[in-house]
Amino acid sequence: MYKLTTRTRAGTATAIAVLVLILAGLALPAVASRGAIQDLFFILTMLTLAQLWNLLAGYGGLVSVGQQAFVGIGAYAMFAGVILLGWNPVWAILLGGLAALVLAIPTAFFAFRLQGAYFAIGTWVIAEVTRLLIAQWKTLGGGTGTSLPREATSNILGTDLIRALFGVREAAARDILAYWLALLLVVVVTGGIYWLQRSRLGLALAAVRDNVEAARSVGVDAGRLKWAVFLIAAVATGLTGALIFLQTARISPDAAFAVTDWTAYVIFIVVIGGIGTIEGPIVGVIVFFVLRSALADYGSWYLMTLGLIAIAVMLFAPKGLWGLISARSGLHLFPVRRRLAGPKIEGGN
Amino acid sequence: MWLDTLVQGILLGGLYALFAAGLSLVFGIMRLVNLAHGDLIVFAAYLVLIGVTLFGLSPWLAALLAMPVMFAFGWLLQTAVLNRVLGKDILPPLLVTFGLSVVLQNGLLEGFSADSRRIPAGSLEGASLDLGLVTVGVMPLLTFASAIAAIVALNALFYHTALGRAFRATSDDVVTAGLMGIEPKRIFAIATGIAMVVVTLAALYLGMRANFDPSIGPARLIYAFEAVIIGGLGSLWGTLAGGVIIGVAQTFGAAVNPEWQILAGHIAFLAVMLLKPRGLFPRAVD
Repeated sequence: MYKLTTRTRAGTATAIAVLVLILAGLALPAVASRGAIQDLFFILTMLTLAQLWNLLAGYGGLVSVGQQAFVGIGAYAMFAGVILLGWNPVWAILLGGLAALVLAIPTAFFAFRLQGAYFAIGTWVIAEVTRLLIAQWKTLGGGTGTSLPREATSNILGTDLIRALFGVREAAARDILAYWLALLLVVVVTGGIYWLQRSRLGLALAAVRDNVEAARSVGVDAGRLKWAVFLIAAVATGLTGALIFLQTARISPDAAFAVTDWTAYVIFIVVIGGIGTIEGPIVGVIVFFVLRSALADYGSWYLMTLGLIAIAVMLFAPKGLWGLISARSGLHLFPVRRRLAGPKIEGGN
Repeated sequence: MWLDTLVQGILLGGLYALFAAGLSLVFGIMRLVNLAHGDLIVFAAYLVLIGVTLFGLSPWLAALLAMPVMFAFGWLLQTAVLNRVLGKDILPPLLVTFGLSVVLQNGLLEGFSADSRRIPAGSLEGASLDLGLVTVGVMPLLTFASAIAAIVALNALFYHTALGRAFRATSDDVVTAGLMGIEPKRIFAIATGIAMVVVTLAALYLGMRANFDPSIGPARLIYAFEAVIIGGLGSLWGTLAGGVIIGVAQTFGAAVNPEWQILAGHIAFLAVMLLKPRGLFPRAVD
């Protein structure tokens, strides 16, 4: 008669809207310009990274400053797959995820011994070590980096079909393919995180984040949960990194392991939007992109503004812009709260 | 040859300890992870540079004049911003200082361009001293001596003054310290101010020993943090030991292969963390 549910009217409306958006997104390359596709690719990949960092810090309580390690290793593994093994770049992306997993296991062994601030700095140092080691890898260009060879970029799986379908040039077809893959990735990652939050696992995760001791006392295996979250985030970050550098087709250790691009901005996006919610990173990435477009001509002013906004949000609205919106309106587009649904109880309200 | 490498490493460690001393103080007293520390050092270096190039002061006088300015800056920063976000959760201060780091870097870039600069040190620059077994540069020696002096001074302040007692009390237990009539927020503001004075000293040597530009802050921050963590929370001599460990690891790494210098320092840090996750000489508990 009564059952626990997370379903709300706003949630159902969002589900329908998201479905429509995904279908529109798939069809978009037919009408959008190449520049628009590239912008959307950037937005989608940053959103994926933001959702993943939010999974780590916002739900898992793991404040990592070293996610660029997985972006970089994923991207380099993709390049290695193409250049050394002759794989098709699309399949080599999977190699990126695998490499991130391989790096994440020893990283977790090491970093989980550290607490709080030590964890943050420890992950950063590991990212630096990975960058410096990769810079020694001369066949992949050492410190100066390398590009994907012509024969590989002109031969990516599916680009022929895209060229035939939309009548575009090869480079534009590669952008469209990368965009579709980014769309797939963001849907899988966001959907996966949402599913996780609504599952028993998500409940356990929230309990661990809020109070480890209390969670343990009711039988939650906090250690295993942390491992699971860290590894999942690492693999998906590696895949995203590989995809980002498939689109640019050029790599260098400094670009692939950049702490500002792949961690600082990502953290700003999550914080400005609202940490610990699915909606937060979405709002954050929109703000990020609008700022970037509006201040594009002013060079470093854009980054200064971004930093100042992040500070201001932390001081005056610690739950981010989405936190402000949802506190005012009570709106949750991706509801996770469990409510009792059923006939009204006599005398209750 | 190896003795020479060792001595160079120890002296380099003095520079890292100097980078780290201010951070160690702040981290020890209020557990604040200041991700802008490296950029604050670079900021102070530009302040000294202005004094030298614009007003024709000697670097030492310029640094001396920059110190009260930086103290005021630190005091304001702590009072207006950092005190509001300090708490049990490490995320808010981390994010705010990350934001500050990006603001400082890009502000300096806007004000001073990306060109490499250097604080002219006159005759000191290439001078060296023959100590019989090894020859050492005067500048590295001076750096190391300054690091020791800074740590002695900070320790004297920490253990022999009323202010130091308040520092230790808030470090151990904020709530109880508050009950004893200490205002933690005021103490924190003074601590950050003092840390910025040490930062200015570190900036002087950073700028005189090598070229700097607005982007080098984060790398200095990592060395500084490694030194603090290796040394253990709240121990300034530990921080010196941490700096020396990284310095020695770096010079030995560089002696084997110049490309391994920085890598060797990081690996030494990871090794210490594996063996002693709380550092070598922790004074306070986390």
